[in-house]
Order: sequence, then C-alpha cells, then structure tokens
Amino acid sequence: METVYLTIVLAPLIGAIIAGFFGGKIGRVGAHSVTILGVGIATLLSLWVLSRFIWHDEQAFNGTVYTWMVADGIRFEVGFLVDRLTALMMGVVTFVSLMVHIYTIGYMADDAHNWPEDSRVGTNSYQRFFSYISLFTFSMLMLVMSNNFLQLFFGWEAVGLVSYLLIGFYTVRESAISANLKAFLVNRVGDFGFILGIAAVVMYFGSLDYAEVFAQAPALAETQVAVFGGVSLMTLICILLFIGAMGKSAQMPLHVWLPDSMEGPTPISALIHAATMVTAGVFMVARMSPLYELSTTALSFVLVIGAVTAFFMGLVGLVQNDIKRVVAYSTLSQLGYMIAALGASAYAAGIFHLMTHAFFKALLFLAAGSVIIAMHHDQDIRNMGGLRRYMPITWITALLGSLALIAFPGFSGFFSKDAIIEAVGHSHIGGASLAHLLLTLGAFVTALYSFRLYFLVFHGEPRMDEHTRSHLHETPWVVTIPLIALAIPSVFIGWYTVEPLLVQNWLGDAITVKPEQDTLHHLAAHWHGQREFIRHGMQAAPFWLSMAGLVLAAYYWSYVLQRNPKIDVELQQRGGWLTRLLEDKYGFDDFNQRVFAGGSQRIGRFLWKSSDQRMIDDAVVNGSARAVGWLAGVVRQLQTGMLYHYAFAMILGLVVLLTLFVTF
Amino acid sequence: MLLEFPWLSLVIWLPIVGGIVAIASGEQNVELTKRIGLVYAVLTFVVSLVLWFGFDATTAEMQFVERSAWLPALGVEYHLGIDGISMPLILLTTFIGIFVIIAGWDVITHRPSHYMAAFLIMEGIMVGVFSALDAILFYFFWEAMLIPMFIIIGVWGGPNRVYATIKFFLYTFFGSVFMLVALIYLYFQTGSFDILGFHAAPLGLTAQILIFIAFLLAFAVKVPMFPVHTWLPDAHVEAPTGGSVILAAIMLKIGGYGFLRFSLPITPDASATLDWLIIAMSLIAVIYIGLVALVQQDMKKLIAYSSIAHMGFVTLGFFIIFAIFQRAETAGAVMGIEGGMVQMISHGFISGALFLCVGVLYDRMHTREISAYGGVINRMPWFGAFVVFFAMANAGLPGTSGFVGELMVILAAFQADFWFAFLAATTLVLAAAFTLWLVKRVIFGEVGNEQVAKLEDLNRRETLNLGVLAAATLAIGLWPKPLIQVMEPTIVHLVQQVQVSKLPTVDAVDTVPVAGLQP
Repeated sequence: METVYLTIVLAPLIGAIIAGFFGGKIGRVGAHSVTILGVGIATLLSLWVLSRFIWHDEQAFNGTVYTWMVADGIRFEVGFLVDRLTALMMGVVTFVSLMVHIYTIGYMADDAHNWPEDSRVGTNSYQRFFSYISLFTFSMLMLVMSNNFLQLFFGWEAVGLVSYLLIGFYTVRESAISANLKAFLVNRVGDFGFILGIAAVVMYFGSLDYAEVFAQAPALAETQVAVFGGVSLMTLICILLFIGAMGKSAQMPLHVWLPDSMEGPTPISALIHAATMVTAGVFMVARMSPLYELSTTALSFVLVIGAVTAFFMGLVGLVQNDIKRVVAYSTLSQLGYMIAALGASAYAAGIFHLMTHAFFKALLFLAAGSVIIAMHHDQDIRNMGGLRRYMPITWITALLGSLALIAFPGFSGFFSKDAIIEAVGHSHIGGASLAHLLLTLGAFVTALYSFRLYFLVFHGEPRMDEHTRSHLHETPWVVTIPLIALAIPSVFIGWYTVEPLLVQNWLGDAITVKPEQDTLHHLAAHWHGQREFIRHGMQAAPFWLSMAGLVLAAYYWSYVLQRNPKIDVELQQRGGWLTRLLEDKYGFDDFNQRVFAGGSQRIGRFLWKSSDQRMIDDAVVNGSARAVGWLAGVVRQLQTGMLYHYAFAMILGLVVLLTLFVTF
Repeated sequence: MLLEFPWLSLVIWLPIVGGIVAIASGEQNVELTKRIGLVYAVLTFVVSLVLWFGFDATTAEMQFVERSAWLPALGVEYHLGIDGISMPLILLTTFIGIFVIIAGWDVITHRPSHYMAAFLIMEGIMVGVFSALDAILFYFFWEAMLIPMFIIIGVWGGPNRVYATIKFFLYTFFGSVFMLVALIYLYFQTGSFDILGFHAAPLGLTAQILIFIAFLLAFAVKVPMFPVHTWLPDAHVEAPTGGSVILAAIMLKIGGYGFLRFSLPITPDASATLDWLIIAMSLIAVIYIGLVALVQQDMKKLIAYSSIAHMGFVTLGFFIIFAIFQRAETAGAVMGIEGGMVQMISHGFISGALFLCVGVLYDRMHTREISAYGGVINRMPWFGAFVVFFAMANAGLPGTSGFVGELMVILAAFQADFWFAFLAATTLVLAAAFTLWLVKRVIFGEVGNEQVAKLEDLNRRETLNLGVLAAATLAIGLWPKPLIQVMEPTIVHLVQQVQVSKLPTVDAVDTVPVAGLQP
C-alpha cells in the first residue's frame, strides 16, 4: 500500500514540476494534460483506497517514508497515516481538484488578456496556473495523509504558500498583491499559535508521532502548566493548535484574509478557498480529537468561535455586491458551522459537513466563475439578472448548489447542517446554548443571502449593458461538465452517507469521543432512516427559519424587484447603521490596518531613528570615535595617520584591562 | 593513511596561494585572472569535501589534527583540528567562496586581480579561524580577516565607504582587543595557548565573568547582537555584492562559532550566570530588529537587519540551554545548540542568495532604494521566482533550510520557558512581514518606471549562482538529517561539558548563582 500512497502524493507533484519548469516547452495542452494526468492518477487511486475502506474493511496504514532528522533523541519523520478519516479527505480533495483542473481549461483559456502586453510574466501564465493547482493538491495531500505534527505543519505551510501564489496570481494588480500579503501574514499569526502548540506537544510527549502522542494523552490529562497563572496542559495545547486552525479556516478574528482572497482566479477560490485548504483546520481538530476531548475549556472556545463566525459572517454576506464575495462570506459562515460541530464533540458531523460543503461550495464558486466568464469578468451582481435564460446549465446547477447550502430537505447540506445544529443543541459544555441559538438563526441568514444572490443573478430582467447582453451564452463543456459532476454529489451524497458517518460510526478509531461528551448518540439512538430524519427536521426551527429566509428573498429580490429595480439599494439604506456596520465588516480591517500594520511601522521607525541612529550610532559610536579623534589630535604632534589611533586605543585598552585582571 | 595528509592546511593555504597567483597574474589578462580565481575557489571546495567524507561522525574528538611548534618561546603552536561544529562551517565557507568569485565576474572592472585575491585570501583566513586550536593562531586569523574585508569595502565599495569601513573596523577591533586580553590571561592560568587546554582550566566565578564579558564583546560585535549591531547595515550598504555575501554568509558565523568554541566551554558558570543577558539581547534582536527591518527603504539595509534578527535565533539557541538547566532539565539543550548551528548554515545560503539578488538588481539599475523599483517580475520572471523562493526561505517556510533552525530553537525555547518561545515565535509573523512586503514592493506590481521597463532577466551565470544556492536551501530543508548527524556527538559532548562547573571548590556546584528571566 505504501507505493500506492506515495504515488497518490507524488503524481500531482511531478505534474506540477513539469508544468512549472517546462511550461514554455510543452505548451498549454502539454501543461494541462500532464497535470490532469497526475491529479487523475491521484484521484483514481484515492477513490480506490476509499472504496477499500468502505467495502473491504481495509486496515489503517501507519508508516514512515523517511526520517527527516533525529535531534536530541526526538525523531522528526515524514510518513503516512491513512485511516478512514484520511481516506475520506483524500477522496474529497482529489475529486474536487480534478474537477477544478478540468474547469480551469475553460476558465483560463484567454488568460493572456488579463496581463499587460509587455509583461513577460504573462507568458505561460496558463501553464503556471496548472502547475500551482497541482502543487496545491500535493501539499494538501501531504497535510491530510501525515502521521505526525512535523509533516502536518509542512503541509499546512505549503498550502499557505500556494494560496499566496494563487491569490496574487495577477502580480500586476495592486489589489491582488495586497490580498496575498494579507492572507499570508494573517495565516502566519495563526501558525504562530500552531507552532507553539507543536512545541508544547514535543516538550510534554517527547514525540511528534500522532499515535504515540494520542496513546500518552490520557495519562497527561491532569497535567497543569505554569503559564497564564496555571492552565491544564491539554487546554494550552488545544487552544494553541486551534489558533492555527483559526488562521487557516478563517475563524474570527483571523477571518479577514478570506474575503480578500477572492482576488485570485475563480477556480482556486473553489478549490482552495472553499472546498479544501480552508477546511484544513476542521480536519486538524478532528484528527486531534483524542486531545480535544480532554479539555472542555478548549472545546467551549472552539464551539463559541465557530458559532460566532457562522452567524456574524453570514450577516456580512447580505450587503456584498460582488458575486464571489457573497460566496466567500457564505464559506466563512459554513466553516463556522463545521468548527462549531467540532466544539460540540460532533467531529463526525463536522467532517460530514466538510464533505458536503466541499461539493456544493465548489459548485457554487465554479458556477459563479461560469457567470463571470459570461459577464466578461464583471462580478457585480447589481449588473446581472435574468441569466437563467442564457445559461441553463449554470442556472440549474447553481440552484441545486444553493438549495444544498440552505439545507433544503433531502439535499446533502440538509443532513450535515441539521446534524450539527442538533448536536450542538445536545451539548452541555460552556457556551453551548449561545452557540445553538446563533447556529439556528444562521439558517435564516444563510437562506436570505443565498437566494438574494440567486434571484439577483438568474431571475428578473437583465441589467447588464447591451454589449454584454448580446454576447451572453452558456460556457463551454469543460466548464459545465465539472458543474454537473459536482451537482450530483451536492444533491445526493448526504442521503447516502449520513447513515454510515453519523449513525454507524464509520470513521471508527480515527475519531475519539468521550461517552459523556458524545452529542451524536442522540441522533443514532433515534435513527429511523433518512426519510424519518427529513420529516423530523421539517418540524424544527432551522427548517422554518431557512424557508422564511428563502421566501423573504423571493419576495424582495424577485417580486418587489420587478416593480422597483432600486429595491436592493433602498433596503440597504433602510438598514442604516446596521448596513454601515456590515459594510465595514465590523471594522476588523480598519482596526488591523491602523493598529497592527500602522502600529508596527511606527514602532519600527521610532526604534530605527531614535534608538539605532540617535542613541547607539550618534551618541555612543560616533561619540567615541570623536573622543578618540580628539585624543589623537592632542598627540598628533608626534605622529599622524589613522592606524596610529587604533594602535593607541589598543595599547591603552590592554594596559587598562591587564591592570584590572591583575588586581582581581 | 589518507587522513594523515595535512588537509586542513591545504584548505587554508590553497586559496591564499591562489590569491597570490591572481595578483601575480596582473591586470593585463582579465579573463585569465578570473579563471585563476574560479579554479582556486572550486579546487578549495573540492578539497574541503575530504573533510566531510573523511569525517568520523561518531566522536566528539578533534579530527584532521595538525600540530607543530610555531613560536616555541611563547608556547604558541600551529595547531589545527575540526569537530562537528567547525567542519560544517568550513564547508559553508568554501562553498560560498565560489559564488563570491562568480558574483564579481562582470561587474568588477577596477583591479579585478586584486578583487579575486582579496576574496581568496579572505576565504583561507576564515577557514583558519574555524580550524585553529591555538589561541594565538586563532587570534592571528581573527584579526587578519579584517584586512581583506577592509580592502574589499574600501576599494570596491559605495560612495560612503570610508565611514562604513572605519565604523566596521572600530567596532570589530574594539571587541577583539578585550578578547586578546582574555586569551593572555588564560595563557597565564594554563601555561599554554591550547584552546582545548582552556576548556579544562578551572576558573573562579569572577574571572569567568570577566573573561565571558571580554569574549562577549568580541563575539557580539561579530554576530552582531543588539546593541552593537549598527555597523552591519552600513558595512553591507557600502560593500560590493561579493563582500556582502561573505559578510552575511560567513563572517557573522564566526561570532556564533566563538560562543561555542570559547564562551560556553571556557566559562560555563559565567554563561549560566549571565544567560539572561544573552537571551534578552537575542530576543530583542528578533523583535526590535524585526520591526526596524520593516521600515527600511534600502534593500540591502533591510536584508542586513533581517540577518541580525536571524542571528538572534542563533544566540538564543546557544544560551537557552542554561535556562533549561535551571529547570533541572536537559531535554532540549542539544536541540537548542543544534538549532543555532543549523540556523547559521541555513542563513549562510539564504542571506548570501538574497544579497546576490540585490546585486543582480543593483548591477542593472545602480540603486538599492526599494521605491526605485516595482513590477520587476514583469521583465524578469525567472529572477522574480528566485526572489520569492528565497524570501519564503527567509520567512522560514518548511521545506527550506530556514525552517529547520527556527523550529529547533523554538522547540528548545519552549522547554526553557513558554514566554521565550512565545517571543521567539513572533519571527513567524515579523520575518514574513518584512520579507514579503519587500517582495511586494520590488518584485510585484505594475512596471514602476522607465528603468524597470528596460530590465533584462538573469543571465546564465546569475541563474547558476542562484540555482545552486536554491538547491542547497531545499536540500537542507527537505533532509537535514545528515547535517544534524555530523554535529550531534560534538554538541552532545559540549552540552555535557557546560553542565560541569569549573569553579575550584567542589561545593561550589550548588552555589552557582541562579539567574534568569523566569519568575
């Protein structure tokens, strides 16, 4: 099996290297063929591995590939742990990645137009893009397949690097290169916590290996650490690691980079900033469940952060007018749902939502990209409308994706999101009732922003200019095939996987849950099949709130809009201070810009000018040089020349010091 | 046996002879002179590989030892030898030596034979510093090093080179005078200039502290540590590209090496007493200097400040071990010193490469002002790729060598105190901020001006230079094991050595004053 796993990881890497370094030689077709081949191999093998786990009861694999280093008795290794959780992630990552690769052929077809004519970096940008997304696939696979903290961190940073390169793909656009710098730095703030968490693990467990750490964890559950006036070791480790997850999975207050990351081309918004990379934090916490289970403090923290993000980021989605930004805020909100599930110890539900979300959110982004292609790269939904007449496949698939997103009964998102809200409702740790309330209300917000977008884009009268309208048509098959391929699981995967994942505990040993913290067993205990689950769900508040959101959206942005085309603007004006607050995104960006970015520059300038230059250089260094110069001037009668100064200083120093030594 | 051959002497004197040959070749045939320089540099590197492959990585003993009388009347010997600490640094020196020769290939038109000679002689002297086991021999190489560096900056430097050279000379000379006094004192205590003999000499705490401070003045200036760092940005700004590379990649390491060869083993009790001072200076270097780097307007100054911040990790790794001992622990001590060592080697590659990158731009545009650039990648995509790569390495991205040392030092610092690790880890954000912001302003964006629009991408020589350094950075990042392996026995031995008190009385072991930043 090791050969299979190595092939899965290396095939995309080799594709990336060939397309990246020899893109000019092999041309566009060569580049997309070789990367699609690499990712295709990885996808087929991953799905084969997944099927082995599903139907052949494959045993978990845990093995070392090579020893990175041995220092101070601690082994740092590169190796794979493939169990059911990993296999599921591998399947999701490679499948979505393959769809995105195919879609990119269409999306990037006239990328040359996006570059200034004389820019050499624009040549082969097509090939470079394929190289990056294949490199991303490699990094993400390294992350999910790791069997130790070192490689986890490697994958963690490597996906961050590719994200940086892709957000700033258009290196000539100021907005893009500001966004990628911001993304990298905010993620680094998370990694700052993450690496301290890893350091704590190394110190107390003496190992980086998951299996060893998890085996020792119960014995260390009661250990206290003398930091912050004394906290439990597990709380410290879990919260530090979770700070890393807050960066990568864009949880408040480290969420600020994700909306800006929409500067990257749409395929990577789907792949990296919706389906896979941003869910790395969710995966990581689930992987670390044996540790998180030992600290209810940390779980509460996770739960509250997730729920707050889910609700408040959804609200911001209501006032966005850029099609990708609406979907981006929706992603933030859905990530909050996943994180909240983890906080409630419903790891399986979090992973379940991760999977369904990967499909329907990738679908929504790719559909948005399809719309953007048709609109000649105008992303403002106020200029759209009536697109369903021109792009039927995009329209239908986007509708299916939206229904999955708002948890419409029967769609994949319904099963996963309902399970999360219910699990949080059963949780008894601190903050659980607040989180339950926020997540329930979130259902209304989700439906409202999703269908505002849907109606503004696909229904009503076309609002674009005549030139754009006359050119509107459905996108080519390389774009629509991935849409259809993603729409199928978006609709059905929940129905087929809810039972094994949430009821039959398919993930098994990959997840550890303490019996007294288990919030999913209620679901299992009252399980009477999918139909009954849907019927039960339709009697609960989230369903009605979601329907209310849908109806309200239909009323304003379909019914009223036909009579009053300015209704969207009027609604925002009527919102008053609330609209302003949401448009400011609660002021996080301003605050960071002023306090962190501006503050550190002011401090830096102050230290440089006053301490380095004025104090050390002017006063001490040049001062003593002047003093020596003055002294030399006194004796210059005898001899001149610079070296004399030094010789003089040297002898003087020697005499003084020897005297000192002799007297001691 | 092959190992009986005086390999170390060969590595020291081969480039020095090469330098003399280069001068003798005169200025008539420039091509010939350059070839001579390159041949000698490559030859020296090839010979130095014997030190790697012939090295016995199972022992902490000195190897390739050469010992003969030099000045018998004073007890001064020609005594050379290497262990797991000096050997990697010697290889770094001979490796980097090749690139500085290539860096001056086309751009040095003023007395190229002297340029080649200065760098070759410099290289031999630095190998001498790393391999000398006699204190006077060490001091001889140590001071001799200043002369070629003084000439390199003074002759091929920028407009303000006189100020920079004087400042550089004053600073380093100031430091080394005190070191000489300490060495002479140790000679009177032990009756010889044998450095290994110094290691074994028992010393009272007062004497140790005075010696420690004398060494500190010498080494802190070289590293350089806050607050004696202000010579470095000036020296870098005025130095030619090759000079900056040597300065950053190797000369700074001599300070770090000094701590390991002298301060720690000779004055372990003083090191344990004053560890708080070094730890504080190191953490200040990481944070204060990181913030100062952020606001620099000159590319070379920015990278110079970045060097100081990164060298802060080196000294932190070396002295964090005493804070670990104070917790009655030893786990993490070896990791800390090894982390500092790896950081030195890695910084050699990365800072060397970054200075070469600045050189590439300077050769074309004759300015180092960040604001004079913008959108360079539009004209120089390959160069842009290299800069982004080395910037990421400078920010400590896993998979590059820059990550290895940082990780190890942070892990070790955590063993000592949560807050040390906390402060050290701020480099993850700070280093990324100052490096990537530089990249954003210089490399990315729209073409900044007419001059940028005329830029041509890397030529084959520049590509080779940066490509090899990138490969080295990746190799250590992806597989640091061999490097750690050769250092491990020496560093384990060193850690054991510094745990044994040198105070004369037996019960003094328990009364070593405990100081530290911990509450």
